[in-house]
Amino acid sequence: MPQSLDYLKETASQTAGPYVHIGCTPNFSGITGVFPEDLGTSMVNKETEGERITVKGSVIDGKGMALKDALIEIWQADAKGLYNSPFEMRGTADPNFTGWGRTAGEMDTGEFVFETIKPGVVPFKDGRPMAPHITFWIVARGINLGLHTRMYFPEEEAANKVDPILTRIEHQSRVPTLIAAKDGSDYRFDIHLQGDLETVFFDI
Amino acid sequence: MTNEKRENGAFMQRDRNWHPPAYTPTYKTSVLRSPQKALLSLDNTISEMTGPVFGHNIIGDLDNDLILNFAKEGEMPIGERIVVHGRVLDERGLPVPNVLLEFWQANAGGRYRHKKESYLAPLDPNFGGCGRTITDEQGGYYFRTIKPGPYPWPNGVNDWRPAHIHFSVFGQGFAQRLITQMYFEGDPLIAKCPIVQTIPDQKAIDQLVAPLDMGNTLPMDSLAYKFDIVLRGRRSTMFENRKEGN
Repeated sequence: MPQSLDYLKETASQTAGPYVHIGCTPNFSGITGVFPEDLGTSMVNKETEGERITVKGSVIDGKGMALKDALIEIWQADAKGLYNSPFEMRGTADPNFTGWGRTAGEMDTGEFVFETIKPGVVPFKDGRPMAPHITFWIVARGINLGLHTRMYFPEEEAANKVDPILTRIEHQSRVPTLIAAKDGSDYRFDIHLQGDLETVFFDI
Repeated sequence: MTNEKRENGAFMQRDRNWHPPAYTPTYKTSVLRSPQKALLSLDNTISEMTGPVFGHNIIGDLDNDLILNFAKEGEMPIGERIVVHGRVLDERGLPVPNVLLEFWQANAGGRYRHKKESYLAPLDPNFGGCGRTITDEQGGYYFRTIKPGPYPWPNGVNDWRPAHIHFSVFGQGFAQRLITQMYFEGDPLIAKCPIVQTIPDQKAIDQLVAPLDMGNTLPMDSLAYKFDIVLRGRRSTMFENRKEGN
């Protein structure tokens, strides 16, 4: 027998269930007076640098129905491409931008809305620039392990075309599932869990 | 097992045979909510190696006390008083300090405080069912609550959830983000639960079951259960694999 590696196993995931909002957005779910506000509600303030944007969308099941019980989180770089994290080694991010947002979506429709800024460019491991993107993480009843994906920007056509992640997708016809649509002054990013339009999800 | 150098590399690959698969037809809701195409496998980039951090200053005095954080002045919820404690570690066994844990649960009768909940068991006017805390330097955490009750749910004709507490865990990178559920030692409903049984490996299920911990009980006050949580560990950066010239 060789030596043992002694690694621990990651705790297995379980679905967030139908009541995830009690724990993660209690004020939204009507449990007030415990926490002053729901975390992740506001990402920007008046001082935040960068172009203000609104990102809207729905998480849609295999029958085309929008989920009303999902929890959606996003994580993104600031306008200069820096993350507000102690593990950001390249500099200090804008202190007026959290980079992290969380929402339960609208009560009646499940549609999510994030008021944020357009992120800057972040390098891939080999130094090549990645096109501006927002990382999404989706949990809900019926989702056994949180789903990771990314939203890219439609006006960044040139950057998207050489993005190290987007170019890795074997079926290039699926790339548009990761690119938001411009909807007036907003971006629309619908996430399809199944079907022809199934969003590319990441094992990352 | 510990490294002197604080690792900041990519996280080890997630073992997807250990986690439940997306499509688990005995848990019916997963059928229309499970991606059907292969996931795009990628090593982490900075976008996943970083993640949000939360200061200890966001935590209020009663945030980790579900017995008192929703109770009326001078009152308390009904049920078994318990302390839940443990550590957040990574796959290398290193503590994960200063990370946010959120937890939510049903009351002692198995009823959630939620508008979509229709179980006939009553709400407890003194129990909200949510709490949060941030791990200490050793990755340790604790909170006080009422032991949740089991409850029936519409899946099979007569499916019941074992007593459980939901946990949302942040690590140091967004790739570590995890939601799971803690079960209680000795509960016969664990083996019968379609959600628990989405996990293929019994050892992975056992890791979600908190043992009774008499060493951390409060005599004449509360029982205690221990629940350690393991997040993905970082790979070594002893020699970075950069191409020459980059």
